[in-house]
Amino acid sequence: MRFIVNGASMEAQVDLRTSLLDLLRDHLGLTGSKKGCNQGACGACTVLVDGTRINSCLALAVQYQNREIVTVEGLAEGAALHPLQAAFVEHDGFQCGYCTPGQLCSAIGMADEIARGVPSIVTADLSAETIPLDHDELRERMSGNLCRCGAYNGIVAAIAETFAKEPA
Amino acid sequence: MTPFTYARATGPADAIRMGQGDGAKYLGGGTNLVDLMRETIEHPATLVDVTGLSTAIEPLDGGGLRIGAAASNTSLAAHPQVREAYPVLARAILAGASGQIRNMATVGGNILQRTRCTYFYDDAARCNKRAPGAGCDAIDGFNRIHAILGASPACVATHPSDMCVALAALDATVRLDGPEGARELPLAALHRLPGARPDVETELRPGELIVAVDLPALPFAARSTYRKVRDRASYAFALVSVAAALDLEGNIVRDVRLALGGVAHKPWRAEAAEAALRGKPATAENFRAAAEAELSAAVGLRDNAFKIELARRTIVAVLGELAEVQA
Ligand SMILES: Cc1cc2nc3c(=O)[nH]c(=O)nc-3n(C[C@H](O)[C@H](O)[C@H](O)COP(=O)(O)OP(=O)(O)OC[C@H]3O[C@@H](n4cnc5c(N)ncnc54)[C@H](O)[C@@H]3O)c2cc1C
Ligand code: SF4
Ligand code: FES
Ligand code: FES
Repeated sequence: MRFIVNGASMEAQVDLRTSLLDLLRDHLGLTGSKKGCNQGACGACTVLVDGTRINSCLALAVQYQNREIVTVEGLAEGAALHPLQAAFVEHDGFQCGYCTPGQLCSAIGMADEIARGVPSIVTADLSAETIPLDHDELRERMSGNLCRCGAYNGIVAAIAETFAKEPA
Repeated sequence: MTPFTYARATGPADAIRMGQGDGAKYLGGGTNLVDLMRETIEHPATLVDVTGLSTAIEPLDGGGLRIGAAASNTSLAAHPQVREAYPVLARAILAGASGQIRNMATVGGNILQRTRCTYFYDDAARCNKRAPGAGCDAIDGFNRIHAILGASPACVATHPSDMCVALAALDATVRLDGPEGARELPLAALHRLPGARPDVETELRPGELIVAVDLPALPFAARSTYRKVRDRASYAFALVSVAAALDLEGNIVRDVRLALGGVAHKPWRAEAAEAALRGKPATAENFRAAAEAELSAAVGLRDNAFKIELARRTIVAVLGELAEVQA
């Protein structure tokens, strides 16, 4: 099977039962994406596929051949951190760091959803073409990423600084 | 996980051909099926990937919308015509799961997702749905999340979908195709009550594929909404939810659509409440009377009797909210 991960084409012979998360971690050596629950409940395994965030633990790798997969390892440009990564450092957006790769990929996918005008359950006006990334929107849209250390204040501050036009 | 073979279908005919035979299952986003396979509750011999089927969301001649079964939950909720003409559907979808899961989940898979009854997931527990005739550990167990309407002595599980509650309220039709040909079923008639056979969850025939969902034109659904009551504010299944659309002439209820989630083995279309409201003034007393009519047959178990009053109050609150909205 052929996969495109962080811009590189990779071949792997894997059992059909392999999840995208296990493919990345156990077969391609990309251990940045984390396995928290392995059942869709925590978001630690979040990666981007063609720019869209998904939980890689619930994804069968075979379904994601030849798609553009981006993991936390693909966010920085060489030694230069992605602005969101730098903001996580600046705002203490983590303690143990286990949820961080998923938080980062999820927030980048979330920002793209906002930019495309995808509403959320807290969006009051569904007909609005632009939705501000305010505090309630940010927290609702990131609810698929749990942090057992409770570093939420720093996480929210980092995401707001990077993506929100208004303070969150 | 039991080993399986995998094939990606290029279209409905291809999918149906490959989907015949006892061990075959269609695979959408996998967010429910992969989980159940990992827990060894499902063990298909063949997975037929149907994410390559139509994802189109298109207007129907004469009004309404046709939604391809492979459309993602996110794309359906974000579709401009859904947001404008069927806000109840956009809100129901957005009230479910997380951003990541809604991106993966397909419309077909959402409809056919299975119950979240904890005993169903626990293979050390007795469960008639998993092992017909074994018994049901939920009936005398922890049953806070279980059904209050339409349950049976064999099973008290609920259907967990939010999207389906809105589809039931909107009179959606599910377009099927299969070895015996194409047909249509109202969404509200697709899922079964448990009766003596909780393992048979839908009216689908073996090998049948969901191809699309049709929404009829319903102009007053522009005044519609969805409210979901749950244990935390986000990323949790419903305890009780209400999908409603209200058509007022002055202060009189000309027409109404009402469906409940989290209360039964299927999305629960509240026809008794609808009948009680048509032609009546839109007052809190009449909303309450309608809610009582619908819930009169409800039965509480040890831990879930609170849902009966919760459902009544949520119906009253949602109808009250819609009555306030300017047409
Ligand atoms: C942590 C978590 C939280 C969740 N919270 C919510 C929630 O709050 N509200 C809610 O509504 N849902 C919730 N869900 C469930 C989620 O919405 C479903 O898992 C999802 O909609 C299923 O879609 P899928 O495409 O991934 O289906 P799959 O898992 O691929 O398939 C599900 C079933 O549908 C069948 N199937 C798929 N497509 C077709 C087709 N075209 N024709 C015939 N059969 C088909 C499959 O064979 C399988 O039996 C949650 C899920 C998780 C993991
Ligand atoms: S309620 Fe239904 S699904 Fe749950 S244990 Fe009983 S039979 Fe199984
Ligand atoms: S590991 Fe995938 S959501 Fe928890
Ligand atoms: S930083 Fe430890 S889980 Fe989030």
